[in-house]
Amino acid sequence: MNPTLIIDASFLAAAFLFIYGLKRMSSPVTAASGIRVAGLGMLIAVLASFLYVFNVSEAALPHRTVNVILAAVALILGLGWAWTSGKKVEMTAMPQMVALYNGMGGGAAAAIGAVELFRTGEAHEVVPLVVTVIGSLIGAISLSGSLIAWAKLDGRINGTWRISGQQLLNGTFFVATLALGLYIALVAHGHAPVALTAAFFIGALIFGVLMTMPIGGADMPVVISLYNAFTGLAVGFEGFVLQNPALMIAGMVVGSAGTLLTLLMAKAMNRSVSNVIFSNFGATGDEEQGEIKGSMKPVDAGDAGINMRYSSKVIIAPGYGLAVAQAQHKLYEFVKLLQDQGVEVKFAIHPVAGRMPGHMNVLLAEAGVPYDIIYDMEDINGEFKEADVAIVIGANDTVNPAARTNKSSPIYGMPILNVDQAKQVYVVKRGQGKGYSGVENELFFADNTNMVYGDAQKVMVAMIQAVKSLDGGH
Amino acid sequence: MLTGFIALYIFMLAAFTGYEIIGRVPSILHTPLMSGSNFVHGIVVVGALFALLNATSVLEQVIGFFGVLLGAGNAAGGYVVTERMLQMFKSSDKKKA
Repeated sequence: MNPTLIIDASFLAAAFLFIYGLKRMSSPVTAASGIRVAGLGMLIAVLASFLYVFNVSEAALPHRTVNVILAAVALILGLGWAWTSGKKVEMTAMPQMVALYNGMGGGAAAAIGAVELFRTGEAHEVVPLVVTVIGSLIGAISLSGSLIAWAKLDGRINGTWRISGQQLLNGTFFVATLALGLYIALVAHGHAPVALTAAFFIGALIFGVLMTMPIGGADMPVVISLYNAFTGLAVGFEGFVLQNPALMIAGMVVGSAGTLLTLLMAKAMNRSVSNVIFSNFGATGDEEQGEIKGSMKPVDAGDAGINMRYSSKVIIAPGYGLAVAQAQHKLYEFVKLLQDQGVEVKFAIHPVAGRMPGHMNVLLAEAGVPYDIIYDMEDINGEFKEADVAIVIGANDTVNPAARTNKSSPIYGMPILNVDQAKQVYVVKRGQGKGYSGVENELFFADNTNMVYGDAQKVMVAMIQAVKSLDGGH
Repeated sequence: MLTGFIALYIFMLAAFTGYEIIGRVPSILHTPLMSGSNFVHGIVVVGALFALLNATSVLEQVIGFFGVLLGAGNAAGGYVVTERMLQMFKSSDKKKA
């Protein structure tokens, strides 16, 4: 049979399976099967692409054996490393892992562009050349930018790196790199000296670093999502250059889906995407905080647990601190105890709880919490009024009433969970520190708030014991 | 041969498809879906394979090798972490499946 026909048919099947798989991934009921459907598409496409061996260009024929061996080795190494690292990564570390894999995809797209641009011997047409250059630029930015995002979330780079006139520097750098790329495409017609092409790629990589370094850790999820969209676009563009519709479709689907996801995330934080990238969030944090009245009132974990045992409705607002303390399993054990006593328990998830939108849902799912007692902020915010107890665990900025009232606060305008409206609020917290944004939290000083100090996991254990000892032999 | 306009039609329809799929997703799935779409652009490995198999110089072979390596990492890593996350989503109706 004609290998080209098999390849084309396989790519068509892959494109269908990707879209169908993504569609299934958009509902929690079918999501797990969706990724397998998409995975099948990937397997078919990769296996079929080895049939390219029969269609290599005449110039590449003498290198065919070496190339096939190189391809097999690269595939096995890349697959082996990613498979093992993906299997053992902690759920809390998921955002940086996604960033890392995403950067690799961007790098692969840039590499495709680089092979095209370094192949100076052949005649090139203008349109594919320009598309190659733009795809390479975006891919390379996504590679280095994602690596910085990964390093920041993984705690390998701390703090932000800002200099005066940074935006001017970044802008100039970007324009210069783009101009160099367009020179290679439009003036040199793809026959530019190797050094010049190399300079273009190095410039794009450096720009990715410059663009990401000033962005604070709290904004990193939006940035990762943006780079995800970037890689998608780069893949789509390089797909056009290679005349491969599967790459074009998959790349562009991800490009637009990723763009939308980025906008949704930024909206959840009440910020615009340009605001995330170009402004320095948190830099104005410690101006005037204003006096906060009242005092923090500590309470014993066991007493708080027993109080919840006799409530009729408890709403839990978890934050990243819960996952850091690895307390989600103990928390769910406590929740089941409460449910056995007829207490209605719900989880309230702020859109940016965790390190990425939806991250907290993943962390709770890991502990076995069913998704139908987990509610989004909009769906549950009206219910805090009726709750006897709201318990905040490892969250801070997402429950700070200053976001509603204090115009001078850096988090002003961000939607928050209305935990302060519950009759009684417990805040489980390690110490008296501030949140990620560096803002003091009025909630902790409110009359209906009590602080439960300690490591979240130990606190949950104490609550479980208190409730269990109360109910004796159950 | 895909001419410019046919390519633009493909891009346009694919962009709408991506927008429509994500537009209705509940926010509890945002993280797995970002990871899932990250996996889908791992298809880039196929393009890198094409580039490497057609390489004619050592420079192209080296770049192509890294392209395939990175692309394979994107696809495999994206798949594994997405599957792990989605496996965990369970409703309280069903007993452990």
